[in-house]
Amino acid sequence: MVKNLLSDEKGKKIILMGNEAIVRGALESGIGFASTYPGTPSSEIGDTFSEIARDAGIYFEYSTNEKVALEAAMGACFSGVRSMVSMKHFGVNVASDSLLALAYVGTNAGMIVVVADDPNCWSSAQSEQDTRYYARLGHIPMLEPSDPQECKDFVKIAFNISEKFKVPVFIRTTTRVSHGRGIVKLGKIMKGKTKGFFKKDLKKFNSLPPHTMRMHEEILQKIEKIRKISEKTKINLVVNPRVKSKLGIIVSGVSFGYAMDAMDDLNIKIPALKLSLTYPLPEKKIKNFIKKFKSILVIEELEPILEEAVHRLAKDVNPKLKIFGKDYLPKSGEYDEEIVISAVGKITGKKLKMSLEYHSRKYKELKIPKRLPVLCPGCPHRATFWAAKVGAGTNTIFGGDVGCYILGMFPPYNTQDFIFSMGASEGIIHGIKKTTYQKAIAFIGDSTFFHAGMPGLVNIVYNRSNPLVIVLDNRITAMTGHQPHPGVGITGMGKKTKEIRIEDVAKACKVKHVEVVDPFNVKKMIKTIRKLIRSDEISVIVAKRECQLLAVRKKRKAGIKIPRYEINQKKCRKCGLCLYNFGCPAFYQEGDKIMIDKNLCTGCGVCAQVCPNKAIRRIGIRKVKKK
Amino acid sequence: MKEFNMITIGVGGQGILTMMRIIAESALKQGYDVKTSELHGLAQRGGSVPCHIRFGKKIYSPLVMEGEAHLIIALEPLEALRACYFGSNQNDTTFLVNNYKIIPISVPIMKEKYPSLNKIFENLKHFSSKVIVINASEIVKKEIGSITPTNIYMLGYAISKDLIPLKREFILEGIEEIIPEKYLDVNIRVFELGESTTQTLSQDEF
Repeated sequence: MVKNLLSDEKGKKIILMGNEAIVRGALESGIGFASTYPGTPSSEIGDTFSEIARDAGIYFEYSTNEKVALEAAMGACFSGVRSMVSMKHFGVNVASDSLLALAYVGTNAGMIVVVADDPNCWSSAQSEQDTRYYARLGHIPMLEPSDPQECKDFVKIAFNISEKFKVPVFIRTTTRVSHGRGIVKLGKIMKGKTKGFFKKDLKKFNSLPPHTMRMHEEILQKIEKIRKISEKTKINLVVNPRVKSKLGIIVSGVSFGYAMDAMDDLNIKIPALKLSLTYPLPEKKIKNFIKKFKSILVIEELEPILEEAVHRLAKDVNPKLKIFGKDYLPKSGEYDEEIVISAVGKITGKKLKMSLEYHSRKYKELKIPKRLPVLCPGCPHRATFWAAKVGAGTNTIFGGDVGCYILGMFPPYNTQDFIFSMGASEGIIHGIKKTTYQKAIAFIGDSTFFHAGMPGLVNIVYNRSNPLVIVLDNRITAMTGHQPHPGVGITGMGKKTKEIRIEDVAKACKVKHVEVVDPFNVKKMIKTIRKLIRSDEISVIVAKRECQLLAVRKKRKAGIKIPRYEINQKKCRKCGLCLYNFGCPAFYQEGDKIMIDKNLCTGCGVCAQVCPNKAIRRIGIRKVKKK
Repeated sequence: MKEFNMITIGVGGQGILTMMRIIAESALKQGYDVKTSELHGLAQRGGSVPCHIRFGKKIYSPLVMEGEAHLIIALEPLEALRACYFGSNQNDTTFLVNNYKIIPISVPIMKEKYPSLNKIFENLKHFSSKVIVINASEIVKKEIGSITPTNIYMLGYAISKDLIPLKREFILEGIEEIIPEKYLDVNIRVFELGESTTQTLSQDEF
């Protein structure tokens, strides 16, 4: 855990990741209740809460999905307990049904919704969604920190706004803010309430018409009041205010740092309006700023939201203003200093002292083999994928879902024919089954199953199609950093709870054929898949085996020895099946020999079952060295 | 010193983040402003892990710009090549590379070619002539039976050769802050081992 995160030494400077600083901000704001469904780049917010909740005397939970997490935080704030819910950008899509209604109804105690966007999709697979639109869609105030210090400070400001106006408030980060570390000066921890009282007030807590229209009016009025704060607040500030310049910059989020560095490296000073409370926008402040310049450069990642506002506002105060934005800067991908320098350079004619042209050309000439993310050595998913291809045939349709097993899309696995969103494997495979005569398997992870897979399963049973659903149950939410889920029997507070078994859920949903198989038993898995793929009813296989990263870590802690495998070179016929088709990263080629890297092998033994020449053997026990 | 920019890079699981966090803590202790950037999630599973570290009087952006790095520590040779554009002769970049190959799966599966170490060495020199290659993992493995603390060994080497403008005492405090107590002794031992290393590899040895 981060040392000192609970330190009460006011003024102490410590290094925090953006996500950790958000947690600290919540602790300094008297939070009592936090919830999340893990999603990178927001995951460490929940993980940090999970680590400190007991010591901090607050409640934290990993909820089953983002909508449920949001609703739980709503319940807490309705009962007078300050709450925070965190999620990744797509999580807001899941939560939006309740979120947009909440915006109308309003909160009681303060409530913050943290959302982490992921420009460049460093940790995401669906889209580069710009969540700032949700602020506008739902009339939800939004603050955008640019570094860890602001992450902490803005949470406090957000709680103040939320509590004063009884509205939920967004904190929106992007990957480089969430996963950036920096120095944070601590404030005082405020011990918040963890128990309150729900006062009945149906007039408030409903969203039925005609009340709906009245609430709509009210939220619009509230937004205008909050706009006054946006005009006054120091977090919407002008940098270099007295510098004479024809060009001005308007910037938000992490791009502020790039703009400051770009000015430094180009050796120029340009007045810059840094916007941090970005919904509602301080329109007067923007008008006052833009009226002084001949041109404005708007620097914002993803969609041109600020840029469009500047276009609209300039009509009144500076109709001739030239506005540079997405014509000089990309709409997709993340920004960096290079991108900002290029735009500022084009407009001002300034150039870097250092020329990197030769350098860039040389880099482009290099042929560097890709290092695609791969399923780890010993990953049980690899074994299941292998069995599925052998047992069902490669002409089977493999429905993909969201989790580590997304890596099944890459060769040599090729076991994800489509990937959309959490739980979509089952929904889509059902439609395919209804409209084709093809064999089909839906792969879905354990945590994903609880998140959005249960309605899909029920739909398949109810509407009578017959895919094979394989739940890749590795006993944890692995991709986002090993968070527990309802199938594990442990809560986010580290307490024991009922373990909800996926096989029991499937049986309760009236799935006739439910089998639990250990993926490391390759023969049995192949046999089971071969049998069930032909069934004329839906079947579920729970491929149950703990994530190998976790299993090895546990063994290492307990001092348990793990076996080691090697290739008997006399028996090896160099067919390359292990290396090219099985695709475990522990295999490598040296000259014409195929070898197993002993530092990578975790001793799962699946390769020994897969090798057609029986050339892979277990050679005694390796003691896992303690670091 | 106005600012110091460095990249630590390697393959997921090599301890890149740990090294980055130790350096950041040390920079704070020495009174500098510091910012870092890292990646989590999908990018980490056996993929390339580049970390950015910047410290100095006042630091805004968490990202090192192309050509702007003063030091690039690579725990894997191919990853040194992947990060080479952060280095430049103009900035007098030092590449400190661990001579320990981890072959990416794209080599067997997609028939990509892992360049020879000689070629990697030569290519790095197009970006900056200061290339130091050491057999860190091999030495660490020989000494303690595991390659895990290679990162700390590299750090020890870098500090002893003044490649990072941070005081040894602050780095040691940083190690104490970040490394769990039960692993501390072995890590300090490996750090000192790195400090005492004088052996580097020259291009003609590959």
